[in-house]
Amino acid sequence: MPFEFTAAEKQQIDALISRYPQKRAALIPVLHLAQARTGLITAEVVHAAAGVLGLTAAQVYEVVSFYSMFRKAPVGRRHVQICTNIACMLRGAEDLVAAATRRCGVDVGETTADGEFTIEEVECLAACGTAPVVQVNEDYHENLTVESFERLLAKN
Amino acid sequence: MELFATKNFGKPEALTIAGYKALGGFQGLDKALAMPQQAVIDEVKKASLRGRGGAGFPAGVKWGFLPKDNPKPRYLAVNADEGEPGTFKDRLLMEGDPFGFLEGTVISSYALNVHHAYVYVRGEFFKARRIVQDAVDALYKEGLLGKSVCGSGYELDVTVHPGAGAYICGEETALLESLEGKRGEPRIKPPFPAVVGAFGCPTIINNVETLAYVPWILAKGADWFAGYGIAGEGGPKLFCMSGDVKRPGLYELHSGANLRELIYEHCGGIVGDKKLLAVIPGGASSAPLTVDEIDVGMDFETLKKKGTMLGSAATMVIAEGRCVVKILARTLKFFHHESCGQCTPCREGTGWLHRLMERLEHGGEPDVIRKDMGLLFGICDNMVGNTICVLADAAVMPTKGFVNKFRGVFEAHMDGRGCPLHRDAQGHP
Repeated sequence: MPFEFTAAEKQQIDALISRYPQKRAALIPVLHLAQARTGLITAEVVHAAAGVLGLTAAQVYEVVSFYSMFRKAPVGRRHVQICTNIACMLRGAEDLVAAATRRCGVDVGETTADGEFTIEEVECLAACGTAPVVQVNEDYHENLTVESFERLLAKN
Repeated sequence: MELFATKNFGKPEALTIAGYKALGGFQGLDKALAMPQQAVIDEVKKASLRGRGGAGFPAGVKWGFLPKDNPKPRYLAVNADEGEPGTFKDRLLMEGDPFGFLEGTVISSYALNVHHAYVYVRGEFFKARRIVQDAVDALYKEGLLGKSVCGSGYELDVTVHPGAGAYICGEETALLESLEGKRGEPRIKPPFPAVVGAFGCPTIINNVETLAYVPWILAKGADWFAGYGIAGEGGPKLFCMSGDVKRPGLYELHSGANLRELIYEHCGGIVGDKKLLAVIPGGASSAPLTVDEIDVGMDFETLKKKGTMLGSAATMVIAEGRCVVKILARTLKFFHHESCGQCTPCREGTGWLHRLMERLEHGGEPDVIRKDMGLLFGICDNMVGNTICVLADAAVMPTKGFVNKFRGVFEAHMDGRGCPLHRDAQGHP
């Protein structure tokens, strides 16, 4: 899929670059900007980001591959990220994983055939005092029970 | 209990400049801008404020490491890449009282003669980042940032920078690499960031909680702050309480608060009134305390003497009936996942330990388990001190701690049939 930054995005990128003494420092914000529109970082996005920042594609790839938030494959419309670290585990995160995979009919790491859900286990989301926590796209859902989590998944 | 850094939590007006001011904000900044820069540094030093990111290094001393004769620009990097399992205070500080730590950022930047501060906010914190960005925009609009901060002639820019999902970027040199648009791989020290930091320039890195207390030091005085905590560790302190307690959450007490009181008074005791089994006092990187060890002050020096650490005061409470092997296996899964892969002892060691604990918990070839358990402490000793950063050490501390303190539980797992808690009366998995 071809990818080019829009004129408005290019303006945003110029504003980002102006905040740093070195152009390369804008790379992570630029990749976030691209992914917000495309949903994942494709080879075309890598080349476009390299182009606007004067980097090689390798310099962009090595960053894309390092950070877990830069997606290499598409996710569902609702990206369900269940924290299973210690505090959430103690508060029932395993039951949430079981509930999500049961309801969606897919395993952890998979996307439903209709493209609605991707179920993922993630590391500590820094909401241990309100565990268990699930992040759906950008939003946190805290103090979940299996019942409230199932209601959340059932909502359109 | 009087509150300080958390006193504006739950008050929507704290998200506006006028509201924050009406709640008593900016008194520290007003005082600081009327003082010589060195006097502000001296005040923070005298307050014995210890860095709240985990290492507990005295903030004022760290500030003193900036070279006096270096003509390059200086930077302040605010470490808001909170990711240690068990800690959630910085996210709440940013979401609940963004002007609090930003006031501390402006004061600290002024003291250090920094003209650009970068707030490195963890990637997953979309809400916190929006709130902090809105607060920064408002500060520019009202003349508290920009060409002349509050008309003082002192110039300061603040930029909110997103992370992208990597625990290691909370390590200060990895944070700098990431800020520069690179992989978050820690740097070899020296040179220390105070000499060669962001963009090759002298840089100070401070945690959100550390900066949130700076305005209080200026407003109420270094003597008050130093006296509020214990000797050498001043001030109020945030404790992140989680796990098997009745009232988990964030508690603002004082440095050196008693752990038993935290669990049984503030948090209301253990869920279901069960007995306590263990406490992880300072995040996943810290060794556990057993039920006999909780009459202890929650401060950096006391916990160090107990063979563990305060870290970010991320206290995870574990009730009887839990399997410590399972908890350690989950801890090691985390470190295995988050090792940046730069150093062989860490990359391979965290994986080895993780796989071993999974085999103990879920069952495996008994010969392999016995052999690996025999090698366990050797693996640990080959990891500690042999890597660029302390992530390997952070994986070893809980490993050695749990195995040493709960040896019988680990031995009961060694027959290769998985966790004894998941076996039937005949001992079958």
